[in-house]
Amino acid sequence: MLPADPRAVIAIAAVLAVLAMAVPLVFAKLVSPRNPGREKQRPYECGVVEAGDSWKQVRIQYYMYALVFLVFDVEVLFLYPWAVAFKEAGLIGLAEMFVFIGLLVVAWAYALKHRALEWE
Amino acid sequence: MGETLFLDLKDFALAVAAALLPGGLLASVSALISAGAVLVVAPVTMMFLTWVERKGVGRFQDRYGPNRVGPFGVLQPIADGIKMILKEDIIPDGSDRLLHNIMPVLAAAPVFLLFLVLPFGRGMVAADLNVGVLFFLCISSMQSPMIISAGLGARSKYSVLGSMRAVVQVLSYEIPMVIVIVAVVMTAGSMSTSEIVAAQVRDGWFVLTPWGAFGFIVFLIAATAEANRSPFDMSEAESELVAGFHTEYSGFKFALFQMAEFLSAFASAGLAATLFLGGWQGPGFLPSWAWFGAKALGVYFVLVWFRATLPRFRIDQLLALAWKFLFPLSLLVVVAAAAWYFMPLLPALVTNLVLLVGGYGLLSSWILSEFIRMNAPRAVPDAR
Repeated sequence: MLPADPRAVIAIAAVLAVLAMAVPLVFAKLVSPRNPGREKQRPYECGVVEAGDSWKQVRIQYYMYALVFLVFDVEVLFLYPWAVAFKEAGLIGLAEMFVFIGLLVVAWAYALKHRALEWE
Repeated sequence: MGETLFLDLKDFALAVAAALLPGGLLASVSALISAGAVLVVAPVTMMFLTWVERKGVGRFQDRYGPNRVGPFGVLQPIADGIKMILKEDIIPDGSDRLLHNIMPVLAAAPVFLLFLVLPFGRGMVAADLNVGVLFFLCISSMQSPMIISAGLGARSKYSVLGSMRAVVQVLSYEIPMVIVIVAVVMTAGSMSTSEIVAAQVRDGWFVLTPWGAFGFIVFLIAATAEANRSPFDMSEAESELVAGFHTEYSGFKFALFQMAEFLSAFASAGLAATLFLGGWQGPGFLPSWAWFGAKALGVYFVLVWFRATLPRFRIDQLLALAWKFLFPLSLLVVVAAAAWYFMPLLPALVTNLVLLVGGYGLLSSWILSEFIRMNAPRAVPDAR
């Protein structure tokens, strides 16, 4: 059997997937009723008149979690090349990686101590 | 019986193509067939899953579930699909029309790519990437920008809040999930999904080792949260946020968001089966793809079970579970996996149990007591 190049499969699938989602949506636009009204087009707010704009500040906690996530996600990404070479790297590689994981734990404990991971 | 059914079908299609087309195009036709097969299988799976979910939750709640359209209600998803297409598409005033129109498509499309790297059976992986697991993680985290654009684009308070919560939750549970997969990659020595299954055919399923069992539990919890499923469905808690980020999306746009959610949950179940449950491996009386399907559906059934059994988390509890409980456990799983490889069986078993049961038990009970102490005097946090 002829093996397909995985990159070609992914490229073709990406195009096909967008098309397969977009075409029924366009079709639905054509067949569905269209009957707009002033009250109907207002954002839903549990049956009361909406109060103020929705595009405003949200609490900073979301941003804090995103920052902590960024730190850990980048660090964890460095674990993957080591994980593939884990068996060749042997005990010395393991010891070195334990130092790295130790740093990760220190960063985690620091964030914990300074209440960066609290929702308050 | 039927072991190579799908591969034979592909070979047959290729033979037809070879007879009709010039030889140079054959490689692209092969890619097209692989991609097309996944794109056909996924929506059919999605329809089946909605039926399984509704029927399953119905039975859990002591009612019948859908039983009017077709035998046992199996045609219900088709009826739902027709209804979704015929519904009016309401775009609220003040919302970003461009985002409102394209975000459902862009949220649902990447989910299909997840299925490309899953080995559905012996030799049945559409795109056998050598970084398959990383590809899966990248594509599944593409959901967060889509969710946040969809929520902000709708310009409703529920959508904005729902998308914020969804993203903070997906980010938080990404970390333990990624770390646990490191342990699997270490033991298998490769990031390719088919290599990981091959390693389990050789050495036994990873879930049967202590580190693998704990890793599987962490992965399952994280995958449930990543897919925004109950009990982690903070982002679309219907009693407080109406429907979360897709409150203002009706008709087929809503169907697309539902599809993204169901299919990413099923893809995660498939990845759990691949990474921990031996993928397509199983006794020979069933073909390999049937074993994969059975395992993935089994994991999916556990997710439905979660949904029917567990009450919803509060957001501070949800984030604490990820950062304070799953994160240290996932690091311990990595250490235990390393010990499992370097030590002979008996000391490895002892070390694993000491680390995972003893060490984590002490650590988590200390963290839990701190968590309770710190949260005791405060009232319920406000929902902002």
